[in-house]
Amino acid sequence: MSDSAPAAWPDELYRVLLDANIRQIGYVPDAGHRRLIELCHANSSLTTLPLTTEEEGIGLSVGAYLGGQRSVLLLQSSGVGNTINLLSLPVECRIPLLMLVTMRGEWGEFVPWQVWMGQGTQAALEAMGVLVYRVDDREQVVETVRACLALAYNAGRQVAVLIGQRVIGTKQFR
Amino acid sequence: MSTPLDRRVVTERLLRGRGDALVVAGLGSTSYDVLKLGDNPLDFTLFGAMGAAAMIGLGLAKAQPSRRVVVITGDGEMLMGLGSLATIGVAQPSNLAIVVIDNGLFAETGMQRAHTGYGIDLAVMAQGARFASTETILTDEQLRAFEMRLYSAPGPLFAAVKVAPVPTTLTLPKTMDGTQLRGRFRQALLGERAYD
Repeated sequence: MSDSAPAAWPDELYRVLLDANIRQIGYVPDAGHRRLIELCHANSSLTTLPLTTEEEGIGLSVGAYLGGQRSVLLLQSSGVGNTINLLSLPVECRIPLLMLVTMRGEWGEFVPWQVWMGQGTQAALEAMGVLVYRVDDREQVVETVRACLALAYNAGRQVAVLIGQRVIGTKQFR
Repeated sequence: MSTPLDRRVVTERLLRGRGDALVVAGLGSTSYDVLKLGDNPLDFTLFGAMGAAAMIGLGLAKAQPSRRVVVITGDGEMLMGLGSLATIGVAQPSNLAIVVIDNGLFAETGMQRAHTGYGIDLAVMAQGARFASTETILTDEQLRAFEMRLYSAPGPLFAAVKVAPVPTTLTLPKTMDGTQLRGRFRQALLGERAYD
């Protein structure tokens, strides 16, 4: 998180997800999703679950949809790589899927090991038939997620929103 | 030592008392076993997505808290999603049961010995993941006792049922098209809400 401008978008995003009747949230933590994860955990009417790997979130979302509930998956770009084969499940069954991906391995990245999956994230998702929308301006996060909720839950698509390090702040090591 | 349990008999006995329970069957032999019992729209049978069965069961159980959800999957499929046991342990769904049909083999791919065949104990892992009850079933008597509890005991339940290491026969649904399988499951479960 950059020091100069505290982000209001996670709070607004939380309200948008509630308004869209999202009921299950699976996450592998990332600093960029910290505020949103806290808000979700504080609401006992939501099922908010930490996952041991991002693959689990694909199964969770599919199960939720089969049972009549909407879900969202919060993850870091590195974890996108863990989901690849399981994406065949919602794509084949045309089950709505919304992934909110905070990026590493780009814009000012400090750790070379993060660059590979960060640079490969969009291509990997698109190779599996997932629609990808990228946001680099914090003013556009909420409207992008709102649009992608419609694509997922009205048009029955599997959608990822990539939230760039320009929005969440490049991870700093002090 | 009693005669090893037969997977088809085990599956039939576990599901005969299901009532309106929802069933998720893992890739691939357990899907064939469940389909062999008939084409029930409240079964969601997987033909891919190895490792996902338990988590699909969890999402379904949280979405449908008044229904019993039974995941029937193979030991190889469960091994690929071991972390799911920890996540289910966090979620503590009282209506979810995970039943592993454990032949100790990767039967679909040439009967190679699986980790379970080397003595790796899935029930102990589930116990460590705070399942409400965990057991390994070896005998007819143990199976009968589990049948009595499967639809009534508070979950999450875990059972590994050791079965004879013989290949199952292929049973496929009328269609393997995922959109049709999920559409008919949701229609049967949710009625008009399936189209919300």
